[in-house]
Amino acid sequence: MRYLTARKRAEGKGAAGTGAEHHWHMIISSVGLALIVPAFLYLFGGMLGQGHEAVIARLSHPGIAILFALVLFVGMLHFRSGATVMIEDYARGVTRKVLLIALACLTYGTIATGLFALGKIAF
Amino acid sequence: MADVNRGERPLSPHITIYRPQLVSITSILTRITGNGLIVAAVLIVWWLLAAASGPEYFATADAVLTSWFGDIVLTLSLWAIWFHYLAGLRHLYYDAGKGLDVPTAEKLGWACIFGSVVLTVLTIVIV
Repeated sequence: MRYLTARKRAEGKGAAGTGAEHHWHMIISSVGLALIVPAFLYLFGGMLGQGHEAVIARLSHPGIAILFALVLFVGMLHFRSGATVMIEDYARGVTRKVLLIALACLTYGTIATGLFALGKIAF
Repeated sequence: MADVNRGERPLSPHITIYRPQLVSITSILTRITGNGLIVAAVLIVWWLLAAASGPEYFATADAVLTSWFGDIVLTLSLWAIWFHYLAGLRHLYYDAGKGLDVPTAEKLGWACIFGSVVLTVLTIVIV
């Protein structure tokens, strides 16, 4: 038993230990995604099922390439935040840590792969 | 007394205790759809990588995404993203301290369910 009062332990940081930072990040990324996701759905839907040349031509357009990169980057970080809460809700101990590390790998791996592909097509 | 029972508390959510309600179902659906969208994200990134690699590999990836399996996954993902979109807007509205009374919250729940289906159909028709 540590000689800490409940107030002393909670003060300033909350149960997560990082305060409201996480929730605030969720709000920022969700508003950002709300603005760009409909355009992404429209553009990606239009590309799907077209031939290789047509897809490359569209993805070479700077506006489309930047939009796709933004949706990928912000979307994956938003996913990471949400999945972190899910893991923290359902897993604990070593399992939780392993899952959180795997989540970070998945997030940044997907972002790096997608940005590489978009860059290779656009440049 | 602050350390009593630390580490032995139940984990959330207590699904087995509460009666299912529209707001709780739409809330858990937000989590399921949000996390489920990783499947579509990985598929699309793979498709992009294939497009960057060349026509042959692209043909393979495109064949998977436009097969019946790809159609099912992407159509479900489309509904998932619209549901998550509307439910996310609902959360932003809640965060502003509005819509928290039960009748309004229930209406917003139905709006998410029907709205997501309507937007999914609209997207398929338009795109």
